[in-house]
Amino acid sequence: MSAQEAGAAAAPTPKYTKKDFESDQDVRWCPGCGDYAILSAVQKSMPDLGIPRENIVFISGIGCSSRFPYYMNTYGFHTIHGRAPAIATGLRVARPDLKVFVVTGDGDGLSIGGNHMLHVLRRNVNLTILLFNNRIYGLTKGQYSPTSELGKVTKSTPMGSADRPVNPLAFALGCGATFVARTVDRNIQHMEETLKRAAAHKGAGFIEILQNCNVYNDLAWNVIYDKTSKLAYELRLEHGKPLLYGPPDARKAVIMDGVMPKVVDAKDVQESALWIHDEKNVNAAKILADLFAPDFPVPIGVLEAIEAPIYEEVILEQEQRAISDRGPGNIAKLLTSGDTWKIG
Amino acid sequence: MSETAAPVKGAKARRELQRAVIRFAGDSGDGMQLTGEQFTTESAWAGNDIATLPNFPAEIRAPAGTLFGVSSFQLQFGSQRVYTPGDRLDCLVAMNPAALKVHLRDLKGGGLLIVNTAAFEKRNLDKAGYAQNPLDDPALAERYRLHKVDMTGLTHKAIADLKLDTKEKDRTKNFFALGLVSWIYTRPLEPTLEWIGKKFTKSADIAEANTRVLKAGHAFGETAEFFEEAYTVEPAEMAPGLYRAMTGNRALAWGLLAAAERSKVQIVYGAYPITPASGVLEELAMHKRFRIRTIQAEDEIAAVTAAIGAAFGGAIGVTCSSGPGIALKGEGIGLAVTAELPLVILNIQRAGPSTGMPTKTEQADLMQALYGRNSESPVVVLAPATPGDCFYIAYEAVRIAAKYMVPVIVLSDGFLANGSEPWLIPDPTTLPTIDVQFRTEKEGFFPYLRDAATLSRPWVRPGTPGLEHRIGGIEKQDVTGNISYDPDNHDHMVRTRAEKVRRVAQEIPPTTINGPATGDLLVVGWGGTYGSITAAVERAQAAGHSVASIHLRHLNPLPPDLGHILREYRKVLVPEINSGQLVRVLRAEYLVDAVGFNRVRGLPLASEELLEAIHQLIGSTP
Repeated sequence: MSAQEAGAAAAPTPKYTKKDFESDQDVRWCPGCGDYAILSAVQKSMPDLGIPRENIVFISGIGCSSRFPYYMNTYGFHTIHGRAPAIATGLRVARPDLKVFVVTGDGDGLSIGGNHMLHVLRRNVNLTILLFNNRIYGLTKGQYSPTSELGKVTKSTPMGSADRPVNPLAFALGCGATFVARTVDRNIQHMEETLKRAAAHKGAGFIEILQNCNVYNDLAWNVIYDKTSKLAYELRLEHGKPLLYGPPDARKAVIMDGVMPKVVDAKDVQESALWIHDEKNVNAAKILADLFAPDFPVPIGVLEAIEAPIYEEVILEQEQRAISDRGPGNIAKLLTSGDTWKIG
Repeated sequence: MSETAAPVKGAKARRELQRAVIRFAGDSGDGMQLTGEQFTTESAWAGNDIATLPNFPAEIRAPAGTLFGVSSFQLQFGSQRVYTPGDRLDCLVAMNPAALKVHLRDLKGGGLLIVNTAAFEKRNLDKAGYAQNPLDDPALAERYRLHKVDMTGLTHKAIADLKLDTKEKDRTKNFFALGLVSWIYTRPLEPTLEWIGKKFTKSADIAEANTRVLKAGHAFGETAEFFEEAYTVEPAEMAPGLYRAMTGNRALAWGLLAAAERSKVQIVYGAYPITPASGVLEELAMHKRFRIRTIQAEDEIAAVTAAIGAAFGGAIGVTCSSGPGIALKGEGIGLAVTAELPLVILNIQRAGPSTGMPTKTEQADLMQALYGRNSESPVVVLAPATPGDCFYIAYEAVRIAAKYMVPVIVLSDGFLANGSEPWLIPDPTTLPTIDVQFRTEKEGFFPYLRDAATLSRPWVRPGTPGLEHRIGGIEKQDVTGNISYDPDNHDHMVRTRAEKVRRVAQEIPPTTINGPATGDLLVVGWGGTYGSITAAVERAQAAGHSVASIHLRHLNPLPPDLGHILREYRKVLVPEINSGQLVRVLRAEYLVDAVGFNRVRGLPLASEELLEAIHQLIGSTP
C-alpha cells in the first residue's frame, strides 16, 4: 500500500447524510421508474457504510440502470455494454483499497455481459453488484430480455419470445457466488438493509433488485407489489428462522419432501420438520433460488452468505510473498541476470 | 550471404566463413526448438551476431512423421552484422523424411545436408509421401553435400548402459545433432553442458544421457571420415558492452517492468492466452516482485476492460493479444479513447484473417490499429523493429500513454516475438523519465481540463478527496466532462482527440536514414521487416546504388520529418508482409507515388527477393 493509500485510509470518516451522495446531475429516468427508489435507497445507505466518499466507486455498463453512476456523488465510470464486472475487476486489482459497486441490469449483466458476471462471481472479487431486473430492455425501447418469460410479446418478438428465461439468483449461485440476495424496488427499507449487508460482505455480493419498468413492462413483478398477493407470496428470508409466509390466518411453510421443496399449511408441520433458513447452506440456497409464485412463495432477502478466498487478495498475497522471498524487483539486475556475455 | 565452401580433402582444415544459415528440422517431438536455441546460445558465446527464426506447427503434439507436424529452427550467425535469419540455407539438418520434404527446397545447391537415416523407414516415408527412400536417389548426393548419419543408432550406443527406456534414449538424439553441428561450425559446447546441468537436476540419468550424446555427436564430427569440412565464424564486430539473447516477447515484458519501476506507477496487465502473445503474460507472471499485477481474463474483452478499469484507478492498463483478440478489444479501446485513460495494447500480429495461421508471422494489422474501431477513434501506434527493440517500444508506449492520457497500440509480430538477437543490455537509468502526476488539487478541477502542450486531461486516483467525478463512454462536454449531445461540442471533441494524438509527434526524434539523404530510391519499412530490408538495402548500396532506407517505429502519428524525406528520392518502395497497408497511408498522407513490395506467406520477407525488387525499380540488374 502506498503512502497515499495509507493516508486515505487513516483519515477519520466524516459524518455523511444522503445529500452528500447526490450529484449535481439531473436524473433522467422516465417518471415513475423503479430506478428512482433504488437510487434513493442507495444514497440513503451510503452514510452507514462508514467509508470515506472518495473511496467509493460506482461502475456501470450500458442500459437504463447504468446511468446510475452519474447520479452518485462518488467516483464513477459509465462504461460499455456488459463489461462493468471486468472493469471493476481491473479496478479492484489495481486498487484494493476502494469500495467498488457494479450497477447493471438483466440485459447488461446476464445477456451481453453474462460471461463477465460468471467470472466476477466465481473469482469472488470483493465488490457489490446491483442487478436491476425489470425483465425488459428499456433503453433500446422495449425488446425482451434474458429474464423475460417464454412467449413474451415485444417489438422484436411479435409472436412471443422463443427462449426460456434465466433466473439471476440460480445463475449467481451456479457461478459459485459467495453472497446472493434479492430485494424489491418498492420496499425501501428492505433494499437498504440488503444493500448494507451486501456492501459489508467480503467478496462478490450479488443482489437481484426486482425493479419496475413502468413504460415497457409495467407491473412485471406485481405478484410482489400488489398488496394481497404480496401478503400471500412474499417469503422473508431470515437466518435461523423457519421458512414461513402468507397471511396470519393462513400461514404456510416450505419444507423438504425428500429432495423436493413442498408447500404445506404451517399448522400441519411439526416444529422439528420446519426448514430453518441457513445462509451458509449453499445447497439450500440453490433450492430457494428456484422458488417462485404461484406454486411457491417469492423469497426475499439473503439466500446465501459464505466465505471464500478473494481474487485480488490472493494476487496481492502472492505479490507480497514474492517480494518478501526475493526482495523487490530491480530492472538493472533483471537485465543482467542469466546468460550474458561481454564484447569489447 | 554466406559462401558455400567446397569440401576440403585431406586434413580437417577449418575454413573461415563470414556467416552461415542453418536450419534444424524434425518432428515437433524431436526437440528442434531446443536444439536451435542451444546452438544460438553457443553462437552468442562465440561472439557472433545472430538472428533466429523458430517455426513450429500450431498443433501441440502433431502426429509424428507428418508434413504438418514438422518443426524447425533457423538461424543465421556471422562475423558481420546479421540482420535476418537468412533466406537460403547453408546447412539443413533433417531428422526425418517429412522434415526433408518440407525444407529441402530452401537448401542452397551444394549445401550441407545432414539426415538421420534411422528415421527413413517405411512408415515415415509413407507419411511424408515418399514412394521411395529419397536418400537412395543418387541425385540428392549430387546436388547437395549429403551426410547420412544414423543418429538414433549412435545415440543409443553412446548411452547403452544407462537405465533409461528406449523412448527416453530416443529423445536425446537432438543433442547428437547439436553436438555434430557444433563441431562442424566450431561452437563451444560449454553453454549447452551448463544448461543440461541446470535443467535436469532432478534426473541425473537424463542429464548424463544428454551430456554423453552431445559429446558423442561432437566426437563423431571429429572422427568420422566423411566429414571433410569444418568451419569457423569469427566473432562479429559489435558495439562493446554486456549482451544477452533477447526475444521480442520477453523484451516487451521487460520493457513494461522497466516502465513500472521508473514511473513508480502500478501496471495492471490483462490478457487472454493466444498464440503468439501468451509468452508476454507468462513472462510477466514470473516477475511479481515488480508489482506488475497480471490478470488472465475470461476473454479478450475482459482483458482490455480490466486494464481500463485499472487505468481509471490510477494504474497503467496494459493488454496484449494477437489480431483476432485485438478485433474483440475494439470497443474497449474506443472507451479508453473517449475516457482518455492511459492504456497500452500489445498486438503480436499473426497470419490471418480469422484464425489464419497462428504460429506464422504477418504485419497485416496496421489498418486495424489505425482505423479498426467505430467512429473517429484515434490512437497512437508504435512498432518495434527488432526483438530487442520491443523493450524500448514497450517502455515508450507506457511513457506516451501516461503523458498524453491516450491508448497506445504496439504492433509486434510472431517473427519478433519468438525470434532472438544478441542484445546490448542498456543502463536503465539512461531511459527517458516517465513523470506521472496525479491531480490532487481541488481548486479549479474539471475532469476534462486540458494541458496546453499535450491536451492531456488530469489523471485523478479515486480515493482523492474532493475530486469525486464521473466519466464514461457517452460524449462529454470538454472541460466539465458533463454528458453533452451538443453538435458543436462533439465536433470539437472529435478534433481534440485527434489533435492530442497528433501532438505525440513532438516526442518523435529525427528519422535515421540508412544511406544517402537524397537519391534514386528510398525503402520505407516498419515492424519486423527491419532486418530483411536493411540486408537488401546494404547490398544494393555495396553495389554502388543510390538507395537508402528508413524504418518507422512511430506509425501514428508519423514522424514530422517524413514528408520531407520522402521527397528527397526519385522513387519510394514500401516492403510489407501484407497487401500494401503502410504504402496506402503514405500515398494518402503525402501524395507520393510510393509502390509496395508485398509477400504474405507467413514468413519474414526474403532479402534476395527484395533486392531484386530494388534493382527492378532503379532499372539495374543485380
